Amino acid sequence: MNWASWLFWGFVATLVLTTALEASQGLRLTRMNLPYMLGTMLTPDRDKARLYGFLVHLLGGWVFALIYVGAFEFSGRVSWWRGGLIGVLHGLFVLVVGVSLLPGLHPRMASEHHGPSANRGLEPPGFFALNYGFQTPLSILLSHLLFGIILGAFYTLKV
Amino acid sequence: MPVASEAAKRAALVPDHELLRLVECTAGEVRLQLVFQPRAAYGAAPVRVRPRGRLGLRMEVGGGVYWLRGTHDLDCAEDRAWSDLNLRDGQSAQFSLTYSSDAPAVLGCLGEAARARLAESRRWWCDWADRATYDGPHCAAVRRSALALKLLTYAPSGAMVAAPTTSLPERVGAGLNWDYRYCWLRDASFTVRALAGLGYWEEAEAFLNWLLFATWLTQPELRVMYTVFGETPPPERTLSHLRGFRDSPPVRIGNGARGQLQLDVYGEVIDAVAQFASHGRRFDRPTQRVLLRFGEYVRTHWHLPDEGLWEPRSGPRPHTHSRLLCWTALDRLCTMIDQGVIERAVAAPFHAAAEAIRHDIVTNAWNARLESYTSVLGGDTLDASLLLMSWYGFETADSPRMRATHAAIARDLRAGPALLYRYRRDPPEGAFGICGFWEVEYLARGGGSVEQAATALEQLLSHMNDVGLMAEETDPDTGAALGNFPQAFTHVGLINAALSLQARRQGAPTLVHRAASAVPNPSRSHP
Repeated sequence: MNWASWLFWGFVATLVLTTALEASQGLRLTRMNLPYMLGTMLTPDRDKARLYGFLVHLLGGWVFALIYVGAFEFSGRVSWWRGGLIGVLHGLFVLVVGVSLLPGLHPRMASEHHGPSANRGLEPPGFFALNYGFQTPLSILLSHLLFGIILGAFYTLKV
Repeated sequence: MPVASEAAKRAALVPDHELLRLVECTAGEVRLQLVFQPRAAYGAAPVRVRPRGRLGLRMEVGGGVYWLRGTHDLDCAEDRAWSDLNLRDGQSAQFSLTYSSDAPAVLGCLGEAARARLAESRRWWCDWADRATYDGPHCAAVRRSALALKLLTYAPSGAMVAAPTTSLPERVGAGLNWDYRYCWLRDASFTVRALAGLGYWEEAEAFLNWLLFATWLTQPELRVMYTVFGETPPPERTLSHLRGFRDSPPVRIGNGARGQLQLDVYGEVIDAVAQFASHGRRFDRPTQRVLLRFGEYVRTHWHLPDEGLWEPRSGPRPHTHSRLLCWTALDRLCTMIDQGVIERAVAAPFHAAAEAIRHDIVTNAWNARLESYTSVLGGDTLDASLLLMSWYGFETADSPRMRATHAAIARDLRAGPALLYRYRRDPPEGAFGICGFWEVEYLARGGGSVEQAATALEQLLSHMNDVGLMAEETDPDTGAALGNFPQAFTHVGLINAALSLQARRQGAPTLVHRAASAVPNPSRSHP
């Protein structure tokens, strides 16, 4: 595996993904804010949560990039469309599995079944994260597509 | 609207914006019908209400989300929700409406958690009110006014809106309906004095910082008003689908006065800065340069006719009040240069311009026939804002000219006991709230006796409503509130009047931010 290429392009792809999600928020397409959601798992302080969440998201991006890179190395082929395809699958996984697991994993997120409590008040994402805006699925799919395309286009296989 | 201390907000996730309603039945039985029918775009667009099980009812509006939750079940149809409740002695109901625009919402938790938020809010407001250092007459009214000002402040920026409403009519059926949900620079000097005078330095500083920030992009020119974000308000337009309060259209949003030339705002801003400087605050070099640029603008534009502080839509005129504030701007600049607050600057050109303005006012704004200063140069009408000549130190309150001007104003603009019209108008409008308080200040600063000032203040306070709030104007016949409500300007006037009265009783100096050497007082140079 080309560790240097993974580290660098994994970092770049995560930055682009984060930027795309932030831009979606700025354009009021979605209220999904992954750094904020990850950060509030660690602290209720909103300002710190955004910072911690960004760092966790960066590390998470590298870990997920490792899966992409593993798939490229395993198949022995890498291209932008292969990366994009994995990105779409990744996005679908986040939308279908990730968000449904989140209320159980997140210590401050309300449950759809029990409603909010004193310590768990954060709005859960709901099916396909639609609670965060009806364009949220599109925003997640597109940002993960970008993530995959960058890795697929720029990662170089170990020779 | 629950509030929490910064420490509490760091310790727990709380809703960004929440309206919390608690209904308690203290005796017998009461039937309560709750109807929730939200509308977006100023009532033009219905909002779809979607039930989301135990999370509550959810509404999405323009990228933001509202959640309504209650301790009792809410039925809902397409665009509304309702509930019929029967509460018996000791029973209660709670409802929470939250809003979030930029991240997943935090939902309002009910039950004991809601009671805790309510208790925390009460504690927070009591602590805030207790910070006031004022212990003079009418303490409760002054504190209530301070609370009103705090509630009119946009916390993230420190900006204060003139009123939270639009188009409450100044006179029913007269079309005098305006949007006041913006921040007027005119209020700067009075507001800083009111907040600082009560010991709310943090709020005064936040307001001043917003002021300097908001004006950064347009300086050396100043806009009349800005949004709480420091932007120019939108153009004025009429919402024709709304009937208006008491069927008194139009309902306007935006403000057409945003493009007017009102030269008095320079004096207000520089006077606010000078008040801060007199308490030891120092300003960085870029801010000093901005102040000098404001001064330079005044020095070269003071002679222009402008729209003036009342913002009539009838075109520019040479308003005495605007000249007075141009003089004030240059006078305070000279003081700050002399005191070293503004460094590496020469006061002489500003001093010379201030002298020219002073001469212009003394010569052309005085009407010998009326024995009064007049609202415009060479005019023959009066204006209550002329009472401010002593507030800014242009004349002493007990000078012959100020006494004569006050007598003329009291004769011509009196609307009722202690109430003043701002100017004569046919048909007459309501008595203008702050003008009555200006008169109290004039009396307290030496234009009358302590007793006169105290009596006038007491009479004005009788026009507060049951929770101590005041509008822009008061109907002199019925005592009804007129215009947008509650009005920051009126409450600022109330606080300053009480402070001036207290200062007079204590023999405290006024105008400490004005050096005696700045620009000569005209009352020394004319009879």
